[in-house]
Amino acid sequence: MSGIDREIICIVCPTGCRIRVRGANQQKLTVGGNECKRGEEYALKEITDPRRTLITTVRIDHGSLKRLPVRTNREIPKESIFPCMEVINRARVEAPVQIGQVIIPDILGTGADVVATRSMGVPPRA
Amino acid sequence: MFEVAIIGAGVIGTLIARELSRFKADVALLDKSNDVAGGSTKANSGIIHAGYDAEPGTSKARFNILGNPLFDVLCEQLDVRFDRIGSLVVAFSRSERETVEQLYRRGIQNGVAGLRIIEREELLSLEPNLDEAAVCALHAPQAGIVDPWEIAVAAAENAADNGVEVIFNFPVEAIERDNGWFRLIGPAGEIRARRLINCAGVFADRIHEMVSPPSFSIIARKGQYFVLDKAAGQLVNHVIFQCPTRAGKGVLVTRSVHGNLLVGPDAQEIEDREDLATTRERLDFVRRSAGKISKRIPFGEVIRSFSGLRATPNTKDFIIQECEEVPGFFDAAGIESPGLTAAPAIARYLRELLAEVVGGLEERKGFDPRRRRVIRFMDLPEGRKNELIRKDPRFGRIICRCEQVTEGEIVDAIHRKVGARTLDGVKKRVRPGMGRCQGGFCGPQVLEILARELGKDATAIVKNEVDSYILTGATKCCGDRERSVRTNPLAEQKAEYHGQG
Amino acid sequence: MDRVEIVVIGGGPAGMAAAVAAREAGLENVLLIERDRELGGILQQCIHNGFGLHRFKEDLTGPEFSERYIHRMGELNIPVKLDTTVLEITGNREVLYINAAEGVRTVAAGAIVLAMGCRERSRGAINIPGSRPAGVFTAGTAQRLINMEGYMVGKRVMMLGTGDIGLIMARRLTLEGAKVIAVLARKPYPGGLMRNVAQCLYDYDIPLLLRHTIVEIVGKDRVTGVLVAETDQNSRPIPGSEELYECDTVILSVGLIPENELSLSAGVKLDPHTGGPIVDETRQTSVPGIYACGNVVYVHDLVDFVVEESEIAARGAAGFVLGSEGGEAETVEGEGRGSDDRKDAPVHVLPGGGLKYVVPQRIRGINGEDPLDLFLRVKRVYGRSFIEVRYGGDVLKRVKRLRLNPGEMERLRLNKSEMERINEVDLIVEAVEVGG
Repeated sequence: MSGIDREIICIVCPTGCRIRVRGANQQKLTVGGNECKRGEEYALKEITDPRRTLITTVRIDHGSLKRLPVRTNREIPKESIFPCMEVINRARVEAPVQIGQVIIPDILGTGADVVATRSMGVPPRA
Repeated sequence: MFEVAIIGAGVIGTLIARELSRFKADVALLDKSNDVAGGSTKANSGIIHAGYDAEPGTSKARFNILGNPLFDVLCEQLDVRFDRIGSLVVAFSRSERETVEQLYRRGIQNGVAGLRIIEREELLSLEPNLDEAAVCALHAPQAGIVDPWEIAVAAAENAADNGVEVIFNFPVEAIERDNGWFRLIGPAGEIRARRLINCAGVFADRIHEMVSPPSFSIIARKGQYFVLDKAAGQLVNHVIFQCPTRAGKGVLVTRSVHGNLLVGPDAQEIEDREDLATTRERLDFVRRSAGKISKRIPFGEVIRSFSGLRATPNTKDFIIQECEEVPGFFDAAGIESPGLTAAPAIARYLRELLAEVVGGLEERKGFDPRRRRVIRFMDLPEGRKNELIRKDPRFGRIICRCEQVTEGEIVDAIHRKVGARTLDGVKKRVRPGMGRCQGGFCGPQVLEILARELGKDATAIVKNEVDSYILTGATKCCGDRERSVRTNPLAEQKAEYHGQG
Repeated sequence: MDRVEIVVIGGGPAGMAAAVAAREAGLENVLLIERDRELGGILQQCIHNGFGLHRFKEDLTGPEFSERYIHRMGELNIPVKLDTTVLEITGNREVLYINAAEGVRTVAAGAIVLAMGCRERSRGAINIPGSRPAGVFTAGTAQRLINMEGYMVGKRVMMLGTGDIGLIMARRLTLEGAKVIAVLARKPYPGGLMRNVAQCLYDYDIPLLLRHTIVEIVGKDRVTGVLVAETDQNSRPIPGSEELYECDTVILSVGLIPENELSLSAGVKLDPHTGGPIVDETRQTSVPGIYACGNVVYVHDLVDFVVEESEIAARGAAGFVLGSEGGEAETVEGEGRGSDDRKDAPVHVLPGGGLKYVVPQRIRGINGEDPLDLFLRVKRVYGRSFIEVRYGGDVLKRVKRLRLNPGEMERLRLNKSEMERINEVDLIVEAVEVGG
């Protein structure tokens, strides 16, 4: 199996360094082109175990809006993104909701909770 | 079953419908579109011409002269905006002076009052933004500006209030004769009427063909326009025309009745009578041609461009008559410029023609030519505004910030007869979406209000025609198992770079 | 007539931060007016993260960032009028507003802070020819419909514009089940940050077509496709290069315009380079007692810098209210230093070569103690370069940069000693590329 030689764009901060990761295998990787240590960590993780924060909305009943914005409270593996979207899309939440409230704990066994990113109340009846 | 069916709910058809609603006869007003003013009426210059341009002795001249003075009363009755700002046909060279003088003489011959030729000094003091090359101009104080949509909407509402049945989404595909009746056949059903009035605009010859070989044909001529922000509205004080050529009146510059600046139209014969696309080449032409009038047109303030089709008759004149071969079938066809100006006179003439031909159509009691007053909230004095908000708090919510339109006005526009049922329908009637943000902020709110007031799901609301859906559904309704997220970094991505400049 | 010390117009992050700062500066009587049903402004629909990295040292979503301020507004008991639109600001700092509960009312303000944000450039404003079917949306409108109302706008999407809003929406649409066929940029580089190109486009295999643009929209009642052309070195479409892409939706992310209708009604002078008011270092506009902050002044990249600016404006407004008892403070107008020998005439700061704009456009307190930050944006991408601040023929300051990008605001600090040297003429700020 040939070695690893990839260029990625770091997404940790707005600079977006182009980082080159090389190595014979996943255990022996070198990183270049990053302007900081966080970039190096990101680049290595991106090759070995790429993860993202998933941010979307979930259906909410009786709230001031029909959708509640949510996020995973830690990064999940990239391949879990669409499977997690399916789970979130089937969910329904009841207002009122507090910011940070857990909507779906440990989604698909990723260890990440899906949490509300805002509070949403029940609007007074007109 | 109707005494009269009018095919086409543009400004001609709606005004005729209104005239006929004076009578006890059952009248139907049909259109293939989902709302009134779906064709030429939607996209023209909105100018009420003084009447010096049309050839003397033609129907164009006759109905222009008859129509122009009717607008004050008409617009008061229909409660639509009308502004007699006057027009100037400007000569930008000595040779063009001759054309101006010719138009002046023609105007006198046609019976236009108040015409004057004004010289450069006075001209430039009236219109300081005109190009330096301006030599003189024909001033016609009788000319004015109007919103043609508003007229059609108001006339349709007034007609419906007076008993006319308005039927949308009824394209007439065939017309059959059956024992003194006309059977109008559409995809969803059929309508019977004793008499037909053909106001089908760009398709008038096709409609006529369904009953008899037409003595005329219609050529569609497209005209493209720019609409500029209200900040540019003060550039000119009159409707400014260039000298006309064989192609027509040419690109003009005018304030619109709402305060925007309107620049256009060009004129282009086209084959496809459904082609309403604007094009880069023709818009560039409009811009260059407008430059002859003024170099100060702030094209950076363009908020929108659009195009419309004129129904140009090969006979070069209006065709307003009963069909000889098929009694009971009336044409009001080939209504291109000065069609809008002529419209109320044409409507009156057809009413008289019908009454005479049919032999005494009985007048209805209770006919009211006045439409219920429209609330233009921002134009009301402050005391009235507050009174209104106390009665109906929806007038206290501004939905369209650019044009300052309240929820109360939108709700009213929806619930009137022949009211708004679509996003463009709201735009036509009360203006959200016409402003500088072009519906960016108010669009979602208008959508919501339409859904609520009509008792429909928001996903069922359309922009204008029935197939012009806006939303494809709710979110959270589908998952796509095919979807995946790329897990390999940059090197394998499929983006195309075309050099780094 | 009601009187308040400060009226803040706009309840997004700019307005909320200004109201909070004004109260914290000691003003009791602060009122915030917002036209939407809730506070938060555009952040309510910006459900993605990346906000607050500077201000809170946390990676927050838009709603999370805004809730911090909503909470603080509540703690400080700052009165808010929601669902209320300001119709006009008159010459005496009287604010005419309307809402369902009160009707049309006027409130007199000691000082006003303008925080109305910006609107999106529409299809009409950039003149894409073609038919005018349903299915053409600006990215922000689509964002509102999807994130707040819960509706999908299309199934097969072509997007024009690679600013951050567009990139974020390309991802959002994809997550909610649409197919984004391609994202186009007229220029040879994307408008937004590369990190967003990576996490929004590359992650989802969405093709990025640089040097392409939409030259026509096709479709009778609903979009059926777009004609895409390549662009030349002047970003103009190359005739003959057109290709039809079938789609049912067009999303436009082609720029933001500060929303200054109300500013104009108040007589505030605008800078044609920014589209926003001409302001001095305290963010006072050309009208005494009217201040401005946030996207209404110029389009900011990060909300963290917006709230920083709001705090400056709020302090300025508070100073105006507490300092002048009816006296009119010197405003930003008047001849520039170059043509006015008065020591207290404002310095004019002008964008020179390569610069789209620089803010603040005026400096009044050139003899002050505090350093002054200039914020600038370049017109195109620069490699190794320096930013130069000149006065008369002399260079006041020169800073090196590895790269300059129109998508990223640059900040330049002038310290007291540097400002002391400016006593005669106007300042010109320029970007210069280093050869080789």
